[in-house]
Amino acid sequence: MTALRPDLAAIAAAVPAGARVLDIGCGDGALLAHLRETKGVEGRGIDVASANVAACVARGLSVVQGDADTDLGDYPDDAFDMAILSDTLQAMRAPAMVLGQLLRIGRRGVVSFPNFGHWRVRRALLLGGRMPVTPSLPVSWHETANIHLCTIDDFRALAADLGFAIESATFLSDGAGRGAAFANLLADQAVFVLRRR
Amino acid sequence: MATAAQIDRRFGLDRRVVLPGLFALASGQSLAALEIGYETYGELAPDGGNAILVCHALTGDQHVASDHPVTGKPGWWRRLVGAGKPIDPARHFIICSNVLGGCMGTTGPSSLDPLTGERYAMRFPVITIRDMVNVQAELLNHLGVGRLRAVVGGSMGGMQALDWAVAHPHRVQSVIGIATAARHSAQNIAFHEVGRQAIMADPNWRGGDYPSDAPPAAGLAVARMAAHITYLSEVGLTEKFGRRLQDRSGLGFSFDAEFQVESYLRHQGLSFTQRFDANSYLYITRALDYFDLAAPHDGQLARAFAGSRARFALISFTSDWLYPTAEARRLVRALNAAGAAVSFCELDSPYGHDAFLLDAPEMNRIVDGFLRAEP
Repeated sequence: MTALRPDLAAIAAAVPAGARVLDIGCGDGALLAHLRETKGVEGRGIDVASANVAACVARGLSVVQGDADTDLGDYPDDAFDMAILSDTLQAMRAPAMVLGQLLRIGRRGVVSFPNFGHWRVRRALLLGGRMPVTPSLPVSWHETANIHLCTIDDFRALAADLGFAIESATFLSDGAGRGAAFANLLADQAVFVLRRR
Repeated sequence: MATAAQIDRRFGLDRRVVLPGLFALASGQSLAALEIGYETYGELAPDGGNAILVCHALTGDQHVASDHPVTGKPGWWRRLVGAGKPIDPARHFIICSNVLGGCMGTTGPSSLDPLTGERYAMRFPVITIRDMVNVQAELLNHLGVGRLRAVVGGSMGGMQALDWAVAHPHRVQSVIGIATAARHSAQNIAFHEVGRQAIMADPNWRGGDYPSDAPPAAGLAVARMAAHITYLSEVGLTEKFGRRLQDRSGLGFSFDAEFQVESYLRHQGLSFTQRFDANSYLYITRALDYFDLAAPHDGQLARAFAGSRARFALISFTSDWLYPTAEARRLVRALNAAGAAVSFCELDSPYGHDAFLLDAPEMNRIVDGFLRAEP
């Protein structure tokens, strides 16, 4: 098994064994396959790209082609123990609505996203005067799928506005875990576990 | 050394079986005798865990991967079934039978009614997709197949596959439905009615009692032509024919088949009449029109799948307007609501509904991966 992307590894660590999991924006199914093999997780996935769906089905996963912006309404309430949104929130047209769906479908939600408050991003804007291109945001502004970028503090505020409690948070810098101190400045990725209040 | 399966006459190509006893139908009527035309490929594993039932579409037959006895053409799903294909006789025990109401060996309106000694014709009872599925279940009993690793079908075959999970949930481990739907729409019914009326308007139809050497070929050909348009897409037709003329340089100011598309449709209609029975066409299209899995559950499709533990894989094609992606998504929603393990993918194709019968590498990749996955 190849090593998981660091944010996926942080997500996997938050998933309890045997949980029923929905991975929204599951890509080629790396996380779902990892959870199945290491934690006996019964996983389902959604991805917008047919090639990704084909890759998932080919590894024995149950994955539906769909768009998180429009298709999450199809799932019943509390259908999953955990609903996962990895590196996808910032590409949604309606992030608040998607988060609401996440915590309706799943008893808990796990969200990972690139932190737009990271010092490299701030430096690029402050000193370079250009939209940042960084290791966690590698695509230039006019080509990126990321249309709703946020900082870690922005995300905390939105979660509070939506009435969700933050159960745990993990912060990454260059793929390695780091503490919560000054995370909004020093972490380039964050993983939050949310639950309803 | 010959194995048991090789010398057992139940198995192999071009098989027939007559099953005794009354066969009850959804309509409340019953058939006094039931004959089934079918083929099997590969060998049933000792634990019975490798059986795959392939279900054919409206005008298909049991020759899924063998040459057609009338047309001589290769099997209709050779791209998916055969050596080195996702459904492979080297690994799977494959069963494909002619549907109830058909004209390739299974009891249908052209069969002799044992009670009268004459052809059933329009005295054949109206049948349903469920009846077709129940006939297949009888065949599996005859073959000693308890459970199916998979039921696979496209179009009407996909409807049978879905209905298998509803009607016989304990016998089905997984279902693959391609270019299919959980119900016939008003538009689907409308096109079928055009076809049926074309057959019935042919004076040779004679209320269904036509002699086998003078069938209502003109009516059946028109039915096929109308239906064939629904199997293609506008883009596909434009790409293939455009406004090109057939064997001429200018308009002929006649009603001959001047356009290539006319010539193509006439050929499709005519060749169809050489291999298909008009009354079978009436009965099978009727069965399709009756199909609505949600109907017994107050329109709630999810409840139809409440008893199923099968895994499902659904595939639709972008240009299929006969059973469009929206219908597949309706199934996905229902299966999700029922808690079933479902995979779904819409594949890009310009070829309309027929795409499921054509070369589709992504479709093969999905079917192969789905079938190889542990149940």
